[in-house]
Amino acid sequence: MIKRLLVANRGEIARRVMRACRDLGVGTVAVFSDADADAPHVRDADVAGRLPGAAPGDTYLSAERVLEVARAAGADAVHPGYGFLSENAEFARAVVAAGLTWVGPPPAAIDAMGSKIEAKKLMAAAGVPVLPELDPGRVTEDDLPLLVKASAGGGGRGMRVVRARAELDDAVAAARREAKSAFGDPAVFCEPLLEHARHIEVQILADAHGTVWALGERECSIQRRHQKIVEEAPSPAVGPGLRDELCRAAVDAARAIGYVGAGTVEFMLAPDGRFHFLEVNTRLQVEHPVTECVYGVDLVRWQLAVAEGARLPEAPPEPRGHAIEVRLYAEDPALDWRPASGVLRTFEVPGVDAEFAVPASHGLRLDAGVESGSVVGVHYDPMLAKLIAWGPTRDAAARRLAAGLRGARIHGLATNRDLLVRILEERSFLEGDTDTGYLERVGLDVLAAPIADEEAVGMSALAAALAGAAGERAAARVQGGLPSGWRNVRSQPQRRSFEGPGGTIDVDYRLGRDGLVCEACPGTSVVSAAPREVVLERGGLRETFAVTAVDGEVFVDSRFGPVAFREVPRFADPSDQIAPGSLLAPMPGTVVRVETERGARVAEGQALVVLEAMKMEHRIAAPAAGTVAELNVGAGQQVEAGAVLAVIEGNSG
Amino acid sequence: MRLKSSLDTRGPEYRERRAAMLEKLAALDAEHAKALTGGGEKYVERHRRRGKLLARERIELLLDRDSPFLELSPLAAWGSDFPVGASVVTGIGVVEGVECMIVANDPTVRGGASNPWTVKKSFRASDIALENRLPVINLVESGGADLPSQKEIFIPGGRMFRDLTRLSAAGIPTIALVFGNSTAGGAYIPGMCDHVVMVKERAKVFLGGPPLVKMATGEEADDEELGGAEMHARTSGLADYMAVDEPDALRLGRQIVKGLNHRRLGPEPGAVEEPLYDADELAGIVPEDLKTPFDPREVVARIADGSRFDEFKPLYGTSLVTGWARVHGYPVGVLANAQGVLFGAEAQKAAQFIQLANRADTPLIFLHNTTGYMVGKEYEQAGIIKHGALMINAVSNSKVPHISIVMGASYGAGNYGMCGRAYDPRFLFAWPSAKSAVMGPQQLAGVLSIVARQAAEARGQVYDEDQDRAMREMVEAQIEAESLPFFLSGRLYDDGVIDPRDTRTVLGLCLSAVHNAPVRGADGFGVFRM
Repeated sequence: MIKRLLVANRGEIARRVMRACRDLGVGTVAVFSDADADAPHVRDADVAGRLPGAAPGDTYLSAERVLEVARAAGADAVHPGYGFLSENAEFARAVVAAGLTWVGPPPAAIDAMGSKIEAKKLMAAAGVPVLPELDPGRVTEDDLPLLVKASAGGGGRGMRVVRARAELDDAVAAARREAKSAFGDPAVFCEPLLEHARHIEVQILADAHGTVWALGERECSIQRRHQKIVEEAPSPAVGPGLRDELCRAAVDAARAIGYVGAGTVEFMLAPDGRFHFLEVNTRLQVEHPVTECVYGVDLVRWQLAVAEGARLPEAPPEPRGHAIEVRLYAEDPALDWRPASGVLRTFEVPGVDAEFAVPASHGLRLDAGVESGSVVGVHYDPMLAKLIAWGPTRDAAARRLAAGLRGARIHGLATNRDLLVRILEERSFLEGDTDTGYLERVGLDVLAAPIADEEAVGMSALAAALAGAAGERAAARVQGGLPSGWRNVRSQPQRRSFEGPGGTIDVDYRLGRDGLVCEACPGTSVVSAAPREVVLERGGLRETFAVTAVDGEVFVDSRFGPVAFREVPRFADPSDQIAPGSLLAPMPGTVVRVETERGARVAEGQALVVLEAMKMEHRIAAPAAGTVAELNVGAGQQVEAGAVLAVIEGNSG
Repeated sequence: MRLKSSLDTRGPEYRERRAAMLEKLAALDAEHAKALTGGGEKYVERHRRRGKLLARERIELLLDRDSPFLELSPLAAWGSDFPVGASVVTGIGVVEGVECMIVANDPTVRGGASNPWTVKKSFRASDIALENRLPVINLVESGGADLPSQKEIFIPGGRMFRDLTRLSAAGIPTIALVFGNSTAGGAYIPGMCDHVVMVKERAKVFLGGPPLVKMATGEEADDEELGGAEMHARTSGLADYMAVDEPDALRLGRQIVKGLNHRRLGPEPGAVEEPLYDADELAGIVPEDLKTPFDPREVVARIADGSRFDEFKPLYGTSLVTGWARVHGYPVGVLANAQGVLFGAEAQKAAQFIQLANRADTPLIFLHNTTGYMVGKEYEQAGIIKHGALMINAVSNSKVPHISIVMGASYGAGNYGMCGRAYDPRFLFAWPSAKSAVMGPQQLAGVLSIVARQAAEARGQVYDEDQDRAMREMVEAQIEAESLPFFLSGRLYDDGVIDPRDTRTVLGLCLSAVHNAPVRGADGFGVFRM
């Protein structure tokens, strides 16, 4: 029996595993990098061991350090979660060698599936349908479009779509570079790109005594940059016959590699109904909660039981209802999925029925790695949380999930929440018409548009202004009981200005004997205004706005959708002013290369600094010809968003 | 105890009174609008074209957001040859949590030049600042004295600088934010202030400008060399801070106030409770004809916290209501005329009540609606002069803060006993329904008529009745006009005409302001003649 489990991971998955441990009475050991010292998963654990540093390589990817913590804390088992060391056979072996229980498949099975190239061969031999492998050197126009993939790893890293022969070499080179940096293995391969295909995967659970369960399929077709964002079980495209076929293939695949534990066999389902093996993920998947809801199982609990040698019952439970999961990311879909970092001021999801567990009956499940006040850094994946709705039907689940997301109060960081809501309410999604090209087909112009429209932004700005005024009055050291903004001789309204999603909004308002006077909001009156809640009346309807103001940022939540403002300070601090010609970091990241030097003459558009942030390289180019007057960064340096990287002085005279 | 209102807000009497008051308030708004237009559209436009803020825009940016601002003497110079408002804006506002006296030149009115009314209005602001220990912030942009009226300005005007340094000596900070011209005598405004900010390329502070210097010494020098912000910040040291622009000057002004470590010396207020009755109803209480008395408890019920009022001597001298209440958390004693006339009992009751308030260090509020002390054989023989003297003695020597509100009539020595302007209340405001004079216009005309008739008869002449009627009408009209609040406000005989519905707010603001100074009662009074 496992007594004390070390979770070699962070964020929501670490918390989820620990929740299962608490239910079982198993002690928990967390590991944490310096960046995560105050993270919720550290507090959830009975005991936590520090992994000095912040970079993944120094911390969560360091098998040696993780095992040191396990030893020091007296752990007798290790759960790797997903990502990091979860598919590292060497680590699994080291865990076993240290005399600890490895909660995962046998290292040999990991090895067998670690190389996608080898895995495909193995599966083909076992009779599982696979796509042909293409030799990059012999690709012809007829083979296009194709996909270049890294043999190791996953998550869309080292993956490139090629639609023209001329792009191939660059794509392969880029994929190799990414694969090398992400997984330490530059091997890539090519296969035909299945257009309009669906991503379907089967959850398997195998014990060490020969029983293999296939717990139905999940569909994870809606992806951005090969990263899943909406996952559901069952798939709207899979009927009982196809499900049987998929499950049989998945069980065959598992048996072919002697699989034990929880794993996932991924397939591409072509529009013609044929499916092809993609890969086996030899770990728990991010999207495992949808299967848990539909099958009423706790996969982590089973992982531990299997690791302890337990036997699975002969047949898996029957599915019930439909579950949909969305991944809430700190990223801005409208800005090329730019990751956001900083302080998550508020993270509240009202109406959640269960956390890290299947709700008692249909309802909302939240698996969150963050909480209000968490700092989201640049070192790790920007996923904040998963929200899962389980309902009797797909429509019911989608409606519940959309409502849950709409009601969530998420402040301080850009997120993909509005995108997720729009997907869940979009017609073709509701019709089950999803494939891996969904986002492109429906279009980000539609899906990434904020829920709050211009009018909602205007009302929210008014609410923000009135809440601000109420806050000033409440905090007044003198005359606090007197009416807000009272004048015996009225010359002008009060003004508050906000930077909003559509630019600067000046809210001119006056609160007098006859109530609110606001020319920009005719027909609107104030029912009540407090620092955190403003109730306006318009068109005979009372509308409530929740207002949260922190450090110059104002977040307004209402039924019209969330709006984030930055309050324009009344006075510019002369020392805050940025010298003209300054190049600012567009997002937090690491300086990869500096391609210029102080005093150098540069041409317009010339790349000066290359920044890497969340898997992407960003070139910072000179906005105009000139001379580099200041250069504030060097290669390897971490920079925050808005940091002045360099200052270019124009050619004068 | 809580007052119970018997005001019938549905009755015709209330509606008539309210309609008359709203009409007067519309007239008041129109007069305030004149002050707001400053020097008129053309000069406002020109000022804006220069990238400058108007006086009230500067004030708005200086104040804490959403805080109240009580503009003082907005009707100064009303009825004179000078524009309403007297080319300066003064008022009490909160800056960084500190109640300050703000004095802002209006440069759109003849370049912000001072006329005799500007000077009087500024003096009044200084007095208020000194008595109540309010830091003074001058927003300076003035072309100096209005030369054609220099005879009315030059000699008394020196007090402006004297006041600034006396404030400083009393430990009351003085600040000058210089936005433009501040030359010749005006240069001493920044010169006499504790803290000086000048706006780059805008402020000009010198004793003599280029032409004068050239005349005096033959020296050639430009504006910037003689008095620019850069020069004063870097060379002369007259400017403590140089602002990059107008908003920056206001930011620096706020920063200076934040650093003053200002402390209010009076006791802090208790919890605030709103009255039970709606302040809006204050517009329908005063009868249009002031001969009809009204119950001042209806007013108290709408300005006192929780409409609570503990009456003192309610059964004695009932023509004057006295009692204790709180307004915006500040304890106050209230003296309010109920039946217009003050008799001996009322005067004695007032004198006792004022002494009690001084013992308790409690500020006093005077709600005027009096026709004066009773006259007639019986009253003279009963000693009405002695009794009136008791009240005037008490009010004159009382040291607790007084605030007067002229709701209706304030005639004769009643004006004195109820702490009229000459008795230096910390603040005095009038409702649009107010009238102050030695007596009512009709009475005054009647008295003149009787005197003239007696004179004619003594000379054995026949009294011309037609002439008498014409004389009475003329005198009545003149006295009526000169008793009205706009006229009196124009002459700085009050601190402003207010909307009755704002009375509680104005009192709250003034009480808060007076508590910047210690609130202490008198140790002694004049000899009370018994």
